[in-house]
Amino acid sequence: MTLPAIQVRDLRKQFHRRRKRRGANAPEAWALAGVSFEVARGDTYGLLGPNGSGKSTLIRILSTLLVADGGDVRLLGHRLPEEQARVRWLIGRVSVDAAFYKKLSTRENLLYTALLYGLDPESAERKAMRVLEQLGMEQRTFSAPLEEMSRGMQQKISIARALMINPPLLLLDEPTTGLDPKSRRDVQAFLEDLRRREGTTILLTTHDMAEAERLCGCIGFLARGRLIAEGTAEGLRRQASAATLDDAFIGLTGETAASGEAAAGTPTSR
Amino acid sequence: MERGLRQTWAFMFRGYHLTRRYLSWVVVFNFYALTGSAAVALIGVAANDHQLTLTLIVGALLWNFLSVLYNEIAMSIAYERWEGTLEYTFMAPVSRLVHLVGVSLFALCNSVVNTTVVLGGLMLFTPLSLSGANLPGILVVILASTLAFVGLGVMAAALPVLSPERGAEGTHIFQGSLLLVSGVYYPVDVLPAWIQPLSALSPATYTLSACRKLVGIGNPATTAERLRPGRALGQAHGTLEANGLTPRGGGAAQRAGRSREPMTKAARGAATKPPKSQVPASAAASTDAPPPRPAALAMTPDSAAPSAIAKS
Repeated sequence: MTLPAIQVRDLRKQFHRRRKRRGANAPEAWALAGVSFEVARGDTYGLLGPNGSGKSTLIRILSTLLVADGGDVRLLGHRLPEEQARVRWLIGRVSVDAAFYKKLSTRENLLYTALLYGLDPESAERKAMRVLEQLGMEQRTFSAPLEEMSRGMQQKISIARALMINPPLLLLDEPTTGLDPKSRRDVQAFLEDLRRREGTTILLTTHDMAEAERLCGCIGFLARGRLIAEGTAEGLRRQASAATLDDAFIGLTGETAASGEAAAGTPTSR
Repeated sequence: MERGLRQTWAFMFRGYHLTRRYLSWVVVFNFYALTGSAAVALIGVAANDHQLTLTLIVGALLWNFLSVLYNEIAMSIAYERWEGTLEYTFMAPVSRLVHLVGVSLFALCNSVVNTTVVLGGLMLFTPLSLSGANLPGILVVILASTLAFVGLGVMAAALPVLSPERGAEGTHIFQGSLLLVSGVYYPVDVLPAWIQPLSALSPATYTLSACRKLVGIGNPATTAERLRPGRALGQAHGTLEANGLTPRGGGAAQRAGRSREPMTKAARGAATKPPKSQVPASAAASTDAPPPRPAALAMTPDSAAPSAIAKS
């Protein structure tokens, strides 16, 4: 039996608020209050939740950028944070904001990433360019500074950057937020094709229920730092006796996907 | 090994292309560094004080080099945070050592280019010549202090990780403090007694002191004869005066009965200018009655020790 690509057990993360005065007790917010789930290799898992529900914190922990306060995380069999150096070779990440040197061109940004990963720049560049062409971008734009490109184009380059290193695990934090319908459809079609062709495991956070339904074999609802429910889209609808995934989400979490502020939760006792 | 070299090169590659894209700003910063350094060096020229001028030039050049080096490294994390790329750099499989080496190498290249520009500019503004200076000795001192400043820069670079805004502010406060206590433009003994012990903690203090000795300032073997200001800056200054291009600095002030103590005090310590009474009459006379031909401020080798004497 093969190990799951992602194993998360009782994951907790708390952020300490800055105290303005010595001695004044500031409340502490639990971003993740005991989250557990698994994603099988080659699957796409959708994590849905309102703003501040802990989705990005979870992705940051899996990306080795944050260290959890408690719980157990294993990616492709490697435990975090102990084996983070190994895990960094295995993950690609696309965040909601395409983080690039905006003054540099597409080519320069991609070459920088290739060098950063110690890859052969030429072959890495060829692969990235192929991905960009598959995503519908024209070659003539590759030498222009990124600041001159639309958000959709930048996001496509961000996906090409993540795939340049051939990661078996892809962490996508709201990759289609703010994209026009055509760009969104291009990205979704590409991700479907990628999973089919390469067997890449994908963890996707999104506010878009239709996108989750289209791409994800399993969906989890995250609210106030807790995983409220998980299952297939059909299973969640049935569980909430709802006609749509939107209704199921509201029914099960009591919130709408795109609304809500960070609510300070308390850790579950397990 | 090859992978490590590529990763190190990544930071050089990024720095080079960012410099290329921000070229106009790079030119502006270099221009500002040049004018700032020239303005400081010309204080010595105006005072008609060879020792002071050399002291200021060495201070300006070294501080320019070390501060650019420190700043580039110390702000490297803050720059990435502002660009929004920090998370991607941190989640890449790059060891912190390779990261720091890459950033430091680019910072070093940047500092060398910047200081070369300033040095070239200073040659236009002051009669400075590097012929005969103990360049290998200076190079060794600068190399040692480069390592020290890389270390300081790396420590300061961690501050913006701990606190983004306060950390970036802290790096500048630290840089300003180094400028204050290291005796860049004045001997540290003019500082209030309570702050003077801090100068012993700054590597720049030792760098400046060593480099000044290596160009002939404050060297015990250097005689007043070899350091006659009249044969160096005095001549240039005299020419400027003759052309009505400068207010009569030192000489005029003395004739007016005003003291030049602040300037000579500033040059004291690192620059051990001999007292007036020890200066040969010929040298003193040359200050008051400079010959019409301009001369260069030169650093020429000496059998006993390097010294600063007139090229002419």
